[in-house]
Amino acid sequence: MSILPQLAFLLIFGLAGFILAKRIKFLKRNILLGKDEARNDRSSERWKTILLVAFGQQKMFKRIVPAFLHLLIYVGFVVINLEVLEFILDGVLGTHRLFAPALGSFYTVAMNIFEFLAFAVLISCVAFLIRRNVMKVDRFVKPEMKGWPTLDANLILVIECILMMAILKMNAADQILASRGVEHYTLLGPLFFSGLLHPIFENFSDGFLIFIERGAWWFHIVGILAFAIYVTYSKHLHIFLAFPNTWYSNLKPKGEINNMPEVTNEVNMMLGIPVENPAEPPAEIGRFGAKDINDLSWINVLNAYSCTECGRCTSECPANQTGKKLSPRKIMMDVRDRAEEVGKSLDAGGPGLEDGKSLLGDYISKEEINACTTCNACVEACPVNIDPLSIILQLRRYVAMEESGTPAQWNAMFQNMETSFSPWKFSPSDRFNWAEKVKEEEMK
Amino acid sequence: MAEMAANGQSPEVLFWVGCAGSFDERYKAVTQAFVKILNKVGVSFAVLGPEETCTGDPARRAGNEFLFQMQAVANIQVMNGYEVKKVVTACPHCFNTIKNEYPALGGNYEVIHHSQFLQQLINEGKVTLQGGGEFKGKKITFHDSCYLGRANDVYEAPREVIKALDVELVEMKRCRTKGLCCGAGGAQMFKEPESGKKDINIERTEEALATGAQAIAVGCPFCLTMMTDGVKNKEKEAEVQVYDLAEMIAKDMGI
Repeated sequence: MSILPQLAFLLIFGLAGFILAKRIKFLKRNILLGKDEARNDRSSERWKTILLVAFGQQKMFKRIVPAFLHLLIYVGFVVINLEVLEFILDGVLGTHRLFAPALGSFYTVAMNIFEFLAFAVLISCVAFLIRRNVMKVDRFVKPEMKGWPTLDANLILVIECILMMAILKMNAADQILASRGVEHYTLLGPLFFSGLLHPIFENFSDGFLIFIERGAWWFHIVGILAFAIYVTYSKHLHIFLAFPNTWYSNLKPKGEINNMPEVTNEVNMMLGIPVENPAEPPAEIGRFGAKDINDLSWINVLNAYSCTECGRCTSECPANQTGKKLSPRKIMMDVRDRAEEVGKSLDAGGPGLEDGKSLLGDYISKEEINACTTCNACVEACPVNIDPLSIILQLRRYVAMEESGTPAQWNAMFQNMETSFSPWKFSPSDRFNWAEKVKEEEMK
Repeated sequence: MAEMAANGQSPEVLFWVGCAGSFDERYKAVTQAFVKILNKVGVSFAVLGPEETCTGDPARRAGNEFLFQMQAVANIQVMNGYEVKKVVTACPHCFNTIKNEYPALGGNYEVIHHSQFLQQLINEGKVTLQGGGEFKGKKITFHDSCYLGRANDVYEAPREVIKALDVELVEMKRCRTKGLCCGAGGAQMFKEPESGKKDINIERTEEALATGAQAIAVGCPFCLTMMTDGVKNKEKEAEVQVYDLAEMIAKDMGI
């Protein structure tokens, strides 16, 4: 037998590995454009979160139908990748169904499980395509989904369908060839799902079946490698990043907004409170709040790359539901798009962050961030614990403290708070007036 | 508080009234109702009175960290000066800020929302409800406040308080973790909404009215305002009332 297929396989495999390594380096650098933030405390809680939310898909089950379909694809993806291990070894060693002899009848059982999952994935992907393109589920047709995001989503589903069909076609052709006693092919026990294809394939010649079988084998393995590279350009990256992303979840109460220690020293000095280490020169303060991705935490950027644009956040957002411009999903997509833009520019020797553009202004408008009620519905809704609110608040901080660009009514509220210590314009000395009525009543 | 401290007394709990509780005409009634309950039960408590200032919540959420910290640090100095250990408040925004955000600035207190405090009083038998009061058997729905619910995972205490009134508690479709905001959080209370096709409080009021409830119970001054405005907008104010939990309990106690 010719060694050519093995060489071709190694070449393709090596090339895919090389491209993938470059892409991973690119993504890692982009994510680390964000500021340093340590978040490895409470590790037992983090393990629990990663197990429940990422592995266990806990938050997906708030919506039962897509959760079930997604679970089938997820389990299919994980389990069928075990078969890919055999594919790779077969490709390298020039063997065929390497594990079959050692596993005996269990191999047939395993193959039936793989086929069942391939079929389940196929059905789920078709159902998802129908939800997106026929039923037009509201969250999939929002304005930010126009163009590439919708194409991306459909491409992924179609590619998955084709890959799964390749497995079934391959097994069908393979078993007919084996039953005819063709060399290299191993007869297994009955395979249910690919067996359904036998009536179509039975009339084909050996040569044509070998063509189908080899074609499907190569298509599947090359397809998987190509898909792995495609994923790094796609919202589908969540299949890997959901895991680190849930590890780095915000474990504090959702209502808590992080403190800005760089402000605390100044406030203490203004109020005449002794400051710790006053001699210490103030730490390098880049900017108050965030204008661009390098002002955000790297975890915010990781969040953006982990987002698969499902839109559960946006569909729960009270501002979005009532027709405001804000969409938490768009916030995440904007952060990612900006990180990609800066990353590509840097790689091309361009100006990177200094390209005269910024996240706030060129991607996200003040109208969007001003519409947020900080209600945490988006944070609660995200199946992988992404926190769009954290980004919105950092952008608001920049607008308020660097630009003094908050809406006039908020500026009036600030003024009231400065002068009368209440967001409303009341005299501070009247604060206790409510008690008079209680006293009166109790005197009676 | 100053009075008690001058007499060498230290109250069991500080009642943080908040700006709405101090100045908002409607919410002053809630403050008064809660204080009447505390007096009736004989809880040893104090208020800061004119020494209290805004917690800074809306400033921080509107992005003005300086202003937030100015308010927060000043409040913490006052509270630490009085050696406050425990704080109760009828405002989920004050509750969240003092509980979660003051510790980073040196203010560490046990903070509870008045719904939790009322639940404790009821459970301990200190508040005895007549059960035959004006709410008996009525349909009542509870609107979850974001800063009580999602922000701090307090979902059951207010419901337990309402159920103690022997009423029929009906839930809106979006409740607990899925509760829809009233539209006032994140400093929205202090500005007009951005342009859209509907105001959030109208959307929420429609949902509350759809339950057929005769009263909407809330545990937050902003929610109270937003829901009351929503009911007025729908011209239902004659049939459907909006109450704070403390008002309902005080009414049932006949005080």
